[in-house]
Amino acid sequence: MAAAPNKPPTVAQKDAPMERGLQVAPGPHLSSTGLTTRRLMLDVVLALVPVFAMAFYLFRWFAVLQVGICVVSCMVVDAITSLWRGSRPSLHDASAIVTGVILGLSLPWSAPWYVGVVASVVAIGFGKAVFGGLGQNIFNPAMVGRAFVMISFASSLGATAYVRPEASLEILTQATPLTAAKELSGSIPELWALFVGNSNGSLGETSVLACLVGGLYLCLRRSAVWQIPVSLLVSAAVVAGIANLLMPETPLTVLGHLTSGALVFSAFFIATDPVSSPLNTRGQVIFGAGIGALVVVIRLFSNYPEGVVFAVLLMNAVVPLINRVTIPEPLGGLPADA
Amino acid sequence: MSLAQPAGVTTTRRSFAGGIHPPSSKQLARDQPIEVVPTPKLVRVPLLQHVGALCEPVVKSRDEVLVGDLVGKSEAPVSAFVHASISGKVAKESAATLPNGRRVPTVPIKAGDEQLEGQELFDDIYGGEWPTLRLDLPTADLILQSVRDAGLVGMGGAAFPTHIKLALNPDRPIDTLVVNGCECEPYLTADYRLMLEAPRPIITGALLAASAVDARRIVIGVEDDKRQAAEALSTAAEATGIEVRVVKTKYPQGSERQLVPMLTGNNVPANGLPLDVGVVVVNVATAAAIARAVLRGKPMTHRIVTVTGRGVETPKNLLAPIGISYGELIEAAGGLSSDAARILAGGPMMGFTLGDLDTPVTKGTSGITALTRDDLQQIEETSCIRCGLCADACPLNLVPTRIALAARKGAWSLAERYHIHACMECGCCAYQCPAQIPLVQLIRMGKAHLAGA
Repeated sequence: MAAAPNKPPTVAQKDAPMERGLQVAPGPHLSSTGLTTRRLMLDVVLALVPVFAMAFYLFRWFAVLQVGICVVSCMVVDAITSLWRGSRPSLHDASAIVTGVILGLSLPWSAPWYVGVVASVVAIGFGKAVFGGLGQNIFNPAMVGRAFVMISFASSLGATAYVRPEASLEILTQATPLTAAKELSGSIPELWALFVGNSNGSLGETSVLACLVGGLYLCLRRSAVWQIPVSLLVSAAVVAGIANLLMPETPLTVLGHLTSGALVFSAFFIATDPVSSPLNTRGQVIFGAGIGALVVVIRLFSNYPEGVVFAVLLMNAVVPLINRVTIPEPLGGLPADA
Repeated sequence: MSLAQPAGVTTTRRSFAGGIHPPSSKQLARDQPIEVVPTPKLVRVPLLQHVGALCEPVVKSRDEVLVGDLVGKSEAPVSAFVHASISGKVAKESAATLPNGRRVPTVPIKAGDEQLEGQELFDDIYGGEWPTLRLDLPTADLILQSVRDAGLVGMGGAAFPTHIKLALNPDRPIDTLVVNGCECEPYLTADYRLMLEAPRPIITGALLAASAVDARRIVIGVEDDKRQAAEALSTAAEATGIEVRVVKTKYPQGSERQLVPMLTGNNVPANGLPLDVGVVVVNVATAAAIARAVLRGKPMTHRIVTVTGRGVETPKNLLAPIGISYGELIEAAGGLSSDAARILAGGPMMGFTLGDLDTPVTKGTSGITALTRDDLQQIEETSCIRCGLCADACPLNLVPTRIALAARKGAWSLAERYHIHACMECGCCAYQCPAQIPLVQLIRMGKAHLAGA
């Protein structure tokens, strides 16, 4: 089949196209260069760099350790479960790395090492592998893992876990903003401090600015749809505004809600997970709006100071339904009798 | 009909939702003037080159035929006559497999000594006077009869018999004739060269077609990467009232469902035709063929074929007789390069791969694209991550992943609920898919199953 290098084969050999190595394949015969699942996933990792940088600034090596434990555990569990299912390990697609980084960034700096490991096992094992691996899961794997440890290791992840009285950085001696708001004790930092991230909290959630920088990158690269974060934040703002009107005594203002906790982090990095979010724009808007509203409602009315984990999981559960009711009408519409 | 609006090129700024921007690669052949292929020793004229019924041969082996003589016809309601594309002697009927996989009988003709060649042939087809202003319009019936006798089919690729498209339907009055000069398929430049080198027959043909369907308005749509073509058409259309509109370059702008809303503001219903919104669409090459059929009584015997791609040595736009083999056209373009890997009938988005270079060219063959190994990315398929990029790319507002995966699983009713039949297989979804899922192939499979079920 290899032609002599200097003499291109001519059509004189036309009776044997197969022998020349001509391929017969279904179209289309072009595909967009470089756009792969791996690229989409690595884009998310790249977008998380500013968030991680802020976490490193605040929590130093605790951030590296926590994220490292989760990433390594997620990759190991992903490899094992893939082999177990009889498919090739899919580490190449980098989805396990994304789950690991997001999970790590959602934990407090102080969580013991086994919390990250258990969260990763549950995230990949029960959040993803049991459904059939990449692309098949209903729930956001990182949130499944986070919810599991949140309930199982309540003391390691509770409000007190964040506070470290002897810390040299002053903010680490204070309660997280949402805990302060929930318990009406301590002080909620200034909005500007919340915005840049000069506050206590889970590793990745403190800085709205860092999340916006990374999130903007994701949306501009079209690696995440902008409709989800926008609808999520708008909906959270609207519900928080209504709450403020009805219950003027709540300590958090609309901007306070938007800048504290994991709201912005989840808007850009968690809710935008393609696998567990709806397929079309209308559905994505419903999904984002649902999460935004639920986060604020949970913050206001539940025992938990923060509602992102449960809000995302609840909305994940209704994604199949959302997809079903938002089947778009084909261009030009269908006549009534079709 | 009154066509009193001023001529000139206008630009449409907005574009349709969805679609993709694949590399056009048109630079390979766009500056190559139309070249006439020397008459081949043998042509094999397929008896089915169109949507519809197979023709019966009306000549037999050893008959002498002249170029343009009828060689196959059918009285079926949907069909198109076929004609000898060279002069010579009919040989024994043989079968050929067309790129779409259909095996059809052909009428082989061995070339005689007397043939029109080179510039003479070009002038015979596209040269001479093409009246646009003092055009004596024949009656609609006469136009239809000429078009039918000439065996005209849509030359943009679908090969739907033109006389059926132009037939007046009292229940569905036509308002606008759209002439499609978009040529959105990457690589192909045949229509571009025609618009540039022979705009007048296109204009004449458009006037005749509009007269046949009693259309009030004629709009020619050209993509904005072919501005020169738009200007050539506009000059040729001076004082005729024909509008030349430049539309955004985006694949699949040349699809009726994308072009008609851009030019008329009306969407074509998902399971309907442009006819449903008072529009008839003809391709530019078809318009030129209409002019030639009506005014000169000449049938469709030749067409322009772009032979291009990095897999051929010297990409060209060739004027070739119907029935010449793909292999001979590739030879005329310098032959295949050493790294040619896949040869396509048509362009890379909607073209079919060719397994046999002896395949004869038909009326719908707009190009031959030879792709090299470098052009073809061979990336393994991975799982759908429901990113929705396919849905964003779909110009028909479908959710391709749902349809394709439903078809793969045999969930036929789910595929129908997601409107599998509305899909036109343009390939935008598969082009965009980060998981390399063969979406179009799966959807085709699903349609075939549903059609057979």
